[in-house]
Amino acid sequence: MKQKIRDAGDVRIISLSGKITIGAGDVMLRELINESLEAGSTKVLLDLGGITAIDSSGIGEMVASYTSAKNRGAQLKLVNLSKKINDILQVTQLITVFDVFDNEAEAVESFG
Amino acid sequence: MWATLSLESRFESIEIAERALVDLFGEAGIGGDEEYWILTALREAIANAIRHGHYGRPEESVRVDYRVEADRVSITVVDQGDGFDSAVIPDPRDAENLLKPCGRGIFYMRRFMDEVTFRRGPGGGTMVCMNRKLTPRPIKE
Repeated sequence: MKQKIRDAGDVRIISLSGKITIGAGDVMLRELINESLEAGSTKVLLDLGGITAIDSSGIGEMVASYTSAKNRGAQLKLVNLSKKINDILQVTQLITVFDVFDNEAEAVESFG
Repeated sequence: MWATLSLESRFESIEIAERALVDLFGEAGIGGDEEYWILTALREAIANAIRHGHYGRPEESVRVDYRVEADRVSITVVDQGDGFDSAVIPDPRDAENLLKPCGRGIFYMRRFMDEVTFRRGPGGGTMVCMNRKLTPRPIKE
């Protein structure tokens, strides 16, 4: 998995590409989110547009990151989901947990 | 077409198993969403064998068998662990489980394959058998 990190105002945008799978991308995802939260980010947007596969460990890390952010008073939102990742969130019913957006501008705006 | 793999109990082995199945699917003309979801189920089965069956003991091996027929694919994954009771797997969609970071692997397998069974393997570990019907496709000349 590869990542690009940038800020749009006070929103930390983490753009990911490749796979979020067990033993590789899942650990990296956890570290990236934790680093952002520990650096004081309270608005984190995960851009999943470049993700080609996500397994149950990857989904698990996303859920853990969501909880971790919430416990710190921060928000974690998702943007640019492929149809397959959207399908995964639908079948696991996690679509009811995450705030999901189709485009970055709309997502950044939603943080207020 | 069929293939058998004996893999080291490391997460890197999942990529090897995935490539082997992609090769078989390539020969059989299987791709797209069908390939994607079957590979997803395969990854979960092997990850469970490594993480839960062997608890990180890389010296144990994971055996994977593929059989690709005209209308169906069968995958068997066997570990050398202690086995488990598949009847007591909680539903990760239940409200009390929704925010748990783990417990979705078997759900993925059952969701993306038509049939998933768990039984004792020949060496005492878990044998996972997964089947899925394939979409009819043009026969290669």
